[in-house]
Amino acid sequence: MNLDLILGILQIVLIATTPLVFAGIGELVTEKSGVLNLGVEGMMLVGAVSAFIILVITGSYFLAFFVSILSGIIMSGLFAFLVLFLMSNQIATGLALTIFGIGLSSMLGKQYIGTPIDGLSPWFFVIFSFLIVFLVSYFFYKTKAGLILRAVGESHNSAHALGYSVIKIRFLSILFGGSLCALAGSYISICYAPMWQEGMTAGRGWIALALVVFATWKPERVLIGAYIFGGVTILQMNLQALGLRFPGQFFSMAPYVATIIVLVLISSNKLRIKLSAPASLTIPFYKGR
Amino acid sequence: MIRIITFLSTFLVFAFGSAYADPKKVGFIYIGPPGDHGWTYMHDVGRKYMESQLGDSITTTYLENIPENADAVRAIRKLADSGHDLIFTTSFNYMDQTHEVAKDFPDIKFEHATGYIQADNVATYSARFYEGRMIEGHIAGHMTETNTIGYIASFPIPEVVRGINAFYLAASKVNPDIKMKIIWVFTWYDPGKEADAANTLINQGADIIVQHTDTYAPCQAAQKAGVYAFGQASNQEEFCPDAHLTSIEDIWGPYYAERAKAVVDGTWSSGDTWDGMDKGMVVMSPYNTKLMPASLIQEAVNMEVGIKDGTIHPFTGPIYNQAGELVVPEGEVAPDGMLLGMNFYVQGIDGEVPQ
Repeated sequence: MNLDLILGILQIVLIATTPLVFAGIGELVTEKSGVLNLGVEGMMLVGAVSAFIILVITGSYFLAFFVSILSGIIMSGLFAFLVLFLMSNQIATGLALTIFGIGLSSMLGKQYIGTPIDGLSPWFFVIFSFLIVFLVSYFFYKTKAGLILRAVGESHNSAHALGYSVIKIRFLSILFGGSLCALAGSYISICYAPMWQEGMTAGRGWIALALVVFATWKPERVLIGAYIFGGVTILQMNLQALGLRFPGQFFSMAPYVATIIVLVLISSNKLRIKLSAPASLTIPFYKGR
Repeated sequence: MIRIITFLSTFLVFAFGSAYADPKKVGFIYIGPPGDHGWTYMHDVGRKYMESQLGDSITTTYLENIPENADAVRAIRKLADSGHDLIFTTSFNYMDQTHEVAKDFPDIKFEHATGYIQADNVATYSARFYEGRMIEGHIAGHMTETNTIGYIASFPIPEVVRGINAFYLAASKVNPDIKMKIIWVFTWYDPGKEADAANTLINQGADIIVQHTDTYAPCQAAQKAGVYAFGQASNQEEFCPDAHLTSIEDIWGPYYAERAKAVVDGTWSSGDTWDGMDKGMVVMSPYNTKLMPASLIQEAVNMEVGIKDGTIHPFTGPIYNQAGELVVPEGEVAPDGMLLGMNFYVQGIDGEVPQ
């Protein structure tokens, strides 16, 4: 193993893992406020297609990412309206958001499939992904606003009694989560694999959701978890290419097996999950009480 | 007067109607979107070609993004129920579903792509893509400077393994020092993962990327890294003009037109078709004249001619497996049965086929 090879592997891991970090951190903030949004994959796809379309039309990377984030805000705003004001079931609504996002992105992107674009260098976003983990961590544990957000996720009735607007805080958390998911999607269609193809996020939204559990709702652990996932995937490719005799299927399923193992481990320790999982997760808040 | 008009119009409708007797309806089941610039795209090109050839005697319908599960039964049945006369199911894993529906509709003709089970009203068809892999291997053997080829494989099915072997046999013939690095990604379709695999191979010294997956992400990655690549299923030169050497194109149009014509004429019968370059079912995209020397292009063209007239076969003996056993004796070519079930690497390829 020479240095160039290792540096090269590192680069590929960084590029491949960044979308997981964005989506994972976005979902983490949403869940910390007590809302489970299963629409990550759908928001990523809509974010990916809207960035791509805007880039093709205007040629401006800035506008592409801007509109993409806007699309994430609209998608998650729709979700927030349904679950916060109409009190719909969060799990069912989130799943519906994913299905809606898959369909909507396919419809919007139909005529843009196979349009060649110039990809953007991923490095700004790679650095930004580390920065955002740091910022979210700082926000949660060093600022009053972060403390309030966590309080809303732990016990919305107490937060409400103290005079905090539970609905407003949750609304903003959902919008923040949605915009980061859309950013993850646009990173995929503009930097990672510069193209638009239907369903091109290929399940990364679901991995991001699993990561939040894996990380026991801690921002820096989302980062670590994402890099374990990304690292294992790229490492198994390297082992295969080096001709090492390992069953490929084993390595392909390794990330998913790791998720299940972690889920089992943390759920078997009830105290631990109680300490880290937001206590009000998926429980709707009725303002009248 | 009214009576005359009525008579005339009845007559006209009758005359018109019989001359253009209700057009035959031809349906397609696609696994992906027609815009994937790969597998489904080429089937859709074939469908359009068929329309252009047969004109008013047929109408066509397609259902896209049909998963290879029970949904496929519903989709195929939907086409059957809505009066289609001929239905093409264009992916290997539609096999059981196609037969399930075909049993209930004995008067409707079915055509299952890349399948191997026929019935009275179910024909199968595929193309000898491995002929194209041989030409790619020959080109790669000449073009590589690092003597390292990166091959992105999807699933360990005979179709894919056959391609790897055909490629390696041709490449090692012109360049015995050649090394193949193979990554199985276990997906047909994940642009991100395909790009990762390409970058990993390039990072490990591959200067030519070959793919058996469906998007042009690997070719784009090659373009970015300044190495060469072969496209997949359709001509992908516009996405990676400085990397793209050639692609194997799947040309289904003439076959579709022929089969639809047979239904219109009432002469359709079941069967199995496995055609290659000789029938124009496998075609090489224009060779990249900016990247390849003219002499090499000429060699590739000569090879095409040889494959077409039968003097060249990608699997001509002696061929050994990895254990060193002779599987195809000198002077013979591998029988179709061996090719259809191929699940081993030939001697010289490192690693083993995932089981």
